[in-house]
Amino acid sequence: MSDPMRIRATEKDGIVDVKILMKHDMESGQRKDASGKLIPAWFINMLNVKAQGKDVFNAEFGPGVSKDPFLNFKYKGSKGDKLVVNWIDTKGDKRTDEATVS
Amino acid sequence: MVMNEQRRALLKYSAVFGLMSTAGLISVAQAEEWNKAAFEGKSLDEVFKALGTSSPDKSSTVVLTAPDIAENGAVVPVSITSSLKADQMAILVEKNPAVLAAQFFIPNGTEAFVTTRIKMGQSSNVYALVKTDGKWVMAVKEIKVTLGGCGG
Repeated sequence: MSDPMRIRATEKDGIVDVKILMKHDMESGQRKDASGKLIPAWFINMLNVKAQGKDVFNAEFGPGVSKDPFLNFKYKGSKGDKLVVNWIDTKGDKRTDEATVS
Repeated sequence: MVMNEQRRALLKYSAVFGLMSTAGLISVAQAEEWNKAAFEGKSLDEVFKALGTSSPDKSSTVVLTAPDIAENGAVVPVSITSSLKADQMAILVEKNPAVLAAQFFIPNGTEAFVTTRIKMGQSSNVYALVKTDGKWVMAVKEIKVTLGGCGG
């Protein structure tokens, strides 16, 4: 099981600022191990964020997103909104974390 | 993760991509929504085509914020904002092995703004694309990289 995401969401003047830090190696498929063998690509490729059950953000990543991906976006919302963040990687591993807007 | 589950996930993944590549089929799992053609694009033109555009116009409505010089190519902060309502945004790195770094879908009620961090193998032009009313426009910025971040 993968490590939890860190999610911070704060509301100001009707706009919710969401910051998400995922924990993932994001192997690009370009790196070699000590014996010179290519390490296969393995990265988060899809992310979905819902607030109160409604989509507020969707992302598709390639191998060019940094290790431990970071995202920041803003949507029209309120304090107390329940956020659900889902990601899936290229091996089909999934992770879901939740947060409440403060 | 239990061995069996891992094996099943791997089997499912390879089966699905095997199908997609041989027959060009789109099936039901979530992973197929990922725009494989766009992420496998090796040139700007290939990615533009996969995103449904030929050559987006440069526009001052798109602002790409990123460092002029990135000391560590493994972690380059990039931010896109647009003064227009955006439906979709994308970050392209011309000289990366896979040109498309990420794309974002912006529903109604979400601002035309995103910040993330990308890898850069070497100094390159970086393109911020924004789709508004079905039309892509873009901003371009050269980022110089001191230490490459794709192989290291």
